Amino acid sequence: MSRVPAPDRRELRARHPQIFDRPVSARLATPAVTLLAFGIFSFGLVDLDFSPTRLLSGVHQLGWITLMMMPPDPGSSLPLYLKALGETLSIALLGTTLAAIAALPVSLLAARNIVRSNLVRFPVRRFLDSIRGVDTLIWALVWINVVGLGPFAGVLAIAVSDFGAFGKLFSEAIEGADRKQVEGVRASGGNALHEIRFGLMPQVLPVIAGQVLYFIESNTRSATIIGIVGAGGIGLQLAEQIRVLEWQKVSFLILMILIAVAAIDWISSKLRFAIIGRRAVT
Amino acid sequence: MTAAVSILPSQQLAALNATYRKAVARKRLRLTLSAAIFFAALVIAGVGAEVNFRTFFTHFFNFISYFDRILTLENGARVWTDLGEWFWGFRKWLRFLGETILISYVGTLIGAVFAFAANFLAAENASPAPWLRFVVRRLLEFARTVPGIVFALIFVIAFGLGPMAGVLALAIHSTGALGKQFSEIVENADMKPVEGVRSTGAGWLSCMRFAVLPQVIAGYASYALLRFEINVREASVMGFVGAGGIGQELIVAIRKFYYSDVSAILVMIVLTVFCIDIGTGWLRGRLFGEEART
Repeated sequence: MSRVPAPDRRELRARHPQIFDRPVSARLATPAVTLLAFGIFSFGLVDLDFSPTRLLSGVHQLGWITLMMMPPDPGSSLPLYLKALGETLSIALLGTTLAAIAALPVSLLAARNIVRSNLVRFPVRRFLDSIRGVDTLIWALVWINVVGLGPFAGVLAIAVSDFGAFGKLFSEAIEGADRKQVEGVRASGGNALHEIRFGLMPQVLPVIAGQVLYFIESNTRSATIIGIVGAGGIGLQLAEQIRVLEWQKVSFLILMILIAVAAIDWISSKLRFAIIGRRAVT
Repeated sequence: MTAAVSILPSQQLAALNATYRKAVARKRLRLTLSAAIFFAALVIAGVGAEVNFRTFFTHFFNFISYFDRILTLENGARVWTDLGEWFWGFRKWLRFLGETILISYVGTLIGAVFAFAANFLAAENASPAPWLRFVVRRLLEFARTVPGIVFALIFVIAFGLGPMAGVLALAIHSTGALGKQFSEIVENADMKPVEGVRSTGAGWLSCMRFAVLPQVIAGYASYALLRFEINVREASVMGFVGAGGIGQELIVAIRKFYYSDVSAILVMIVLTVFCIDIGTGWLRGRLFGEEART
């Protein structure tokens, strides 16, 4: 076997200056950023009262809790939990539908190819952004003040916070639509509404339907937590059982949530496939 | 200009029309059916969620007036007429907001580190063993599906009240979410460099370090920044269950009807989220810019 000739370092250096002779700033950037990130991290640990003893005793406690969760057992309240789960699914479905219906006209106002004037679009966009900036749980608290405790407040909370998200997503879908079909409708004498209905909607609706289905799925998760502040559904039961330390019931409820979310996942991926067809895959 | 439109013979036309009508009728039937099923589901859901339009309409005015009330100071003036009075607790709230951001930063970083450790094991093309991949994937799925605030509720009991529970809850949730996204990036990575490194006799670890990591690191950073942004929102409500941050102040203000405080804190949260959005967006743009340049 012949030996590989030793590389001529000097020649290599001369040939690839961008690898061997990088400027100091480029060479120092990575360590500096790492150091900074780590510095903030350790400051955070100190500021947020992390201590090894607390961590250890907490993990110890957590171990006990996990042991006590076994086996998951609903006790005698299984019918109650099933009803709560149904409530959660209803909240997700209704909230998402309401949000989608309300967001569709507003998203037209926020789309660049529909509304040309910046004067209208900019405030609409900022309005949607600020709605999105407030968490669903906060909306739930506000709605509880308005319509009282119960799942209806949850529906409205999901509807409002998704309204912001949908407005943005729909307007992006509309902006991504092909211009040619709209022009075709206009060429055959359609007015602005016709353009939207026959030129835009057939392109945009499948995308929107896919997004709505995805949100129903993710809202099943959100709907489980808004119960924690009193807006109905399975979260209410979960928070109560955690507060009274009924760990077997807690683990059963978590299991129920996991199974429900997996089921909704499965159904909505099937539906999405049926609506959008193979386009989503390829 | 006139052009002769050719019209097919009537027999042929009738056949074509019939087929067309049949196709359209089937499509319409399908649409009507699915619409009917959907509406039935909506009605059932409406009953299940105790939807009551009467309460909604009688109280809807409350919703509007709620915003009117939170924008009014105690002496009856509009909030923006007296900023000092509106933001009377500015210093305190700023400290809590800082805590919120710190919670999400530390939580995201811990989550990113764990996700980084787990994602090569979960990726289809990089995992050393199928059973390991299965186990890691199920674990990540569990961490992702259980909402962060449920973890926070449990951790508050285990670790005591305070930001530590919030950090750990966010860390677990971020591990699940980031682990999945990271492993998806790895699955999309080019496998030729891995072959190259393997052909020199390198082990699994070296393959990951020298062949996969350089391809995926920018994507990781981008997803981690996005997660940080989401976590800031999430951390703003962790205080609802006693896990630290601005949420504590907010829920007290809402529950005790300190109206102008509610709006002041909300304004501060929304502004912070805006700034974080813009900041991380800028950073991600720079990261992707760098990637595009090389």
